[in-house]
Amino acid sequence: MAQTRPPIDYIQRTRDQYSGLGYPVYRWVESDSPPPLVPLKKPLSQCRVGLIASGGIYVTGQVAFHFSDDVSYRVVSTDTPTEDLRIAHFAYDVTDARRDPNVVFPIDSLRGLVKEGALGDLSENAYTFMGGIYSARKVREKLAPEFARRAVEDQLDLVLLVPV
Amino acid sequence: MGLIARAIESAGVPTLSLTSALSITRSVNPPRAAFLDYPLGHTAGPAFDRVLQRQILLDALAGFQTIQKPGGVIDLGYAWSEDDAWKDSVMQPRAASGENVEEGAFEDDRTARLETPQYQTAEDQRRAESALARGGCPTCVFLE
Repeated sequence: MAQTRPPIDYIQRTRDQYSGLGYPVYRWVESDSPPPLVPLKKPLSQCRVGLIASGGIYVTGQVAFHFSDDVSYRVVSTDTPTEDLRIAHFAYDVTDARRDPNVVFPIDSLRGLVKEGALGDLSENAYTFMGGIYSARKVREKLAPEFARRAVEDQLDLVLLVPV
Repeated sequence: MGLIARAIESAGVPTLSLTSALSITRSVNPPRAAFLDYPLGHTAGPAFDRVLQRQILLDALAGFQTIQKPGGVIDLGYAWSEDDAWKDSVMQPRAASGENVEEGAFEDDRTARLETPQYQTAEDQRRAESALARGGCPTCVFLE
């Protein structure tokens, strides 16, 4: 008989792994204030959509990500052929992502939804980085303001974020 | 990614985060999230299944209408397999073996934190290095 289990508690499993390796406890980010929430200003079918993904996606010809708190990012044209997308990431099993980048970068679905009219249009560029960054400070001070600036400059009506 | 979602939303642009790690999402607390209970590395659906990938995305995007309070998370309700046995082996380290190993210690099977670009293919590396030699990669943004 099929058995269902609750969602994996990755925070607890990381804690167990680190203590088993003899390392100090890894501290995940805990936000102590509620997040902001701004409503969509128009229906999805009229929205200009942005995509930001942290699965280590790059385009062949670009510099790949390194694995030591890489806080760089890549500008990926949303016209990029799916077969030109590549993956560099240390913290998850990239087997499926390398076969089909859509599992962490849903570009074909987004292009399809624009074509069928469910979404208005896609921003010219998506942004990608390698999310295995242990320094929350670097994310907060470098990447977050940069992507916020891009979202405003690109005149996006919504942003879809795809972590791993 | 939750920190980035909060920063973008603070700048006035609505966001929705997909996630397969509910505990981390609850902790970082992004403005809106859609939870897909899949193994890490499939946040947007299973490989090559365009029909399901599209449906997952549509269901997630519905969160822009249905999530009314900050930090709301919708459960997309898809299962990776008929049973959830895959969850038993995730991040379950093996006991370390060998000399001078403390009792209860684990084998460290994590990938080394390499400081050079980790190309998927040798051809990628050749192309990138030749672009750099010709003046750089304008679509690569280095913040340090």
